Amino acid sequence: MAIRERLSGNEAIAYAMKQINPDVMGAFPITPSTEIPQYFATYVDNGEVDTEFIAVESEHSAMSTCIGAEAAGARAISATSSCGLCYMTEMLYIAASDRLPITLAVSCRALSGPININNDHSDAMGVRDAGWIMLFAETNQEAYDNYLMAMRIAESVNLPIMICQDGFITSHAIENIDLVETEKVQEFVGERPLDHYLLKPQETMAVGAYATPVYYMEAKRAQAQAMIDAKDAIRKVSKEFGDMTGRYYDLIEKYEMDDAETAVIMIGSSAGTAKEAIQDLRAKGHKVGLIKVRSFHPFPDKEIVDAVKGLKAFAVMDKDDSFNGHCGPMYAETCAALVAAGVSAKAINYIYGLGGRDVKVSSIEKVFAELEEIAKTGNVGETYRYLEVRE
Amino acid sequence: MKDIVEIRWHGRGGQGAKTASLLLADAAFNTGKYVQGFPEYGPERMGAPITAYDRISTERCTVHSNIYEPDYVVVVDESLIDSVPVTAGLKEEGAIVINSSKDPEEIRPLLKGYKGRVCTIDANKISEEELGKVFPNTPMLAAIVKISGVVEENEFIKDMEGSYKHKFASKPQVIEGNMRALKRSMEEVKG
Repeated sequence: MAIRERLSGNEAIAYAMKQINPDVMGAFPITPSTEIPQYFATYVDNGEVDTEFIAVESEHSAMSTCIGAEAAGARAISATSSCGLCYMTEMLYIAASDRLPITLAVSCRALSGPININNDHSDAMGVRDAGWIMLFAETNQEAYDNYLMAMRIAESVNLPIMICQDGFITSHAIENIDLVETEKVQEFVGERPLDHYLLKPQETMAVGAYATPVYYMEAKRAQAQAMIDAKDAIRKVSKEFGDMTGRYYDLIEKYEMDDAETAVIMIGSSAGTAKEAIQDLRAKGHKVGLIKVRSFHPFPDKEIVDAVKGLKAFAVMDKDDSFNGHCGPMYAETCAALVAAGVSAKAINYIYGLGGRDVKVSSIEKVFAELEEIAKTGNVGETYRYLEVRE
Repeated sequence: MKDIVEIRWHGRGGQGAKTASLLLADAAFNTGKYVQGFPEYGPERMGAPITAYDRISTERCTVHSNIYEPDYVVVVDESLIDSVPVTAGLKEEGAIVINSSKDPEEIRPLLKGYKGRVCTIDANKISEEELGKVFPNTPMLAAIVKISGVVEENEFIKDMEGSYKHKFASKPQVIEGNMRALKRSMEEVKG
């Protein structure tokens, strides 16, 4: 039987960490993820876990700690946000290219400047090319569930994984949650399957070696293959998790898409707000739907192409801007997938919710009103748009 | 109770409005409801106006935005009425509960034409007399439970007693005062 609780997203992640009882945590605090190492340090102090908690002087060192521990054969974790994630960036690439399945919880927050502590996805999106698997959660429940699946997914392809949720919006909001019993969690997560690792007796090895041009590209191709394979790994682990809990997840979630004529594609907590907008609009006869992206990397290219086929118009929502003069990252990846599949579409891009700008049911309804206009007239107009901004 | 009740809290940093909003979410959770309890975060500091929210519902609410059309508003600091639009979007069939020694009809003219129910409770006095300090959030919590009916009164009292016993296990002398503050507030809220 699931345990009925109410927890904030940060509490839920810390609790998942406690249930898993990993070997090493390297952490440095930053708002809004600070509570995660804070709660976890209490578990360590109380002897509820036997994790080695390493308090370091920076995020760069936090990730370095994880890299050392994971390479040695341990399970290593950390948590961060915003500039902290930026400061880790150099080491994020090392973790991925050394093929170390580290688990990092990210409570997403805007980047400076202007200085801002609230939610958007510019921190996570800023490190999207670092080679990490990136799962996003709509709710505290999904953040918790994704975290319980994280190590299994990461370890089956030897890539590190980021479990992202929206800072404050879910990280600091108390909501109902169904927890899995600790014995079941431990059985599900199991032990890290170890093949080669630094502390293995009678096997000398190097991690993070120099690669000349003769070898470097092959290492990168292998890394790329791991990310391609990660799609199946996510599906397989998610299926097992669903069989255990009754909560089934995929790379994307399709909401009211069966007969939809227009749709939004989004990531994170605002997808929940979009669901309410969709219910309101459907009650008035509008055929609208949502494609929620759970796995941003690996990107569900074919899955999204299949889901948008037949739509009269759709909007890709980016809680971040690439500042490339024409679109955000989700739109770029979606359009690349469409072109590769030879599918043309009437698709616009909205940059929304930056720096905690509140995303309301009415905000999403505005997007659908624009989409229905495009569907009616066939004129897409400007594809690069900002939602609810004063200009 | 309606399927969903939305409550907005106005207070000043340090007064415990955020804590009270989370305690209300807890109490509703303990009676089987779905809850959301969340403050609005920003550059807060002692004394600055802060806002916190509760959604209490019979089904899971998927919306993750602030609350713009609350059923109820709680004002923990009377002086905020001048500087913060406390009745903005407040439903006329709802109510506003204000920490004040004044009668509701004395406050009403300050509420920019709000037509709904206006309630007052002298939470500062109650907390001073029962807890020895100005901790208005405990009596305000009881007042909003009474006015909104989001939690059945006896269940609420029983639940709070349980959580105080847990929270103040090392200083049980505090429990009685808190319980008296809750009960008095439910009896003394006006309007």
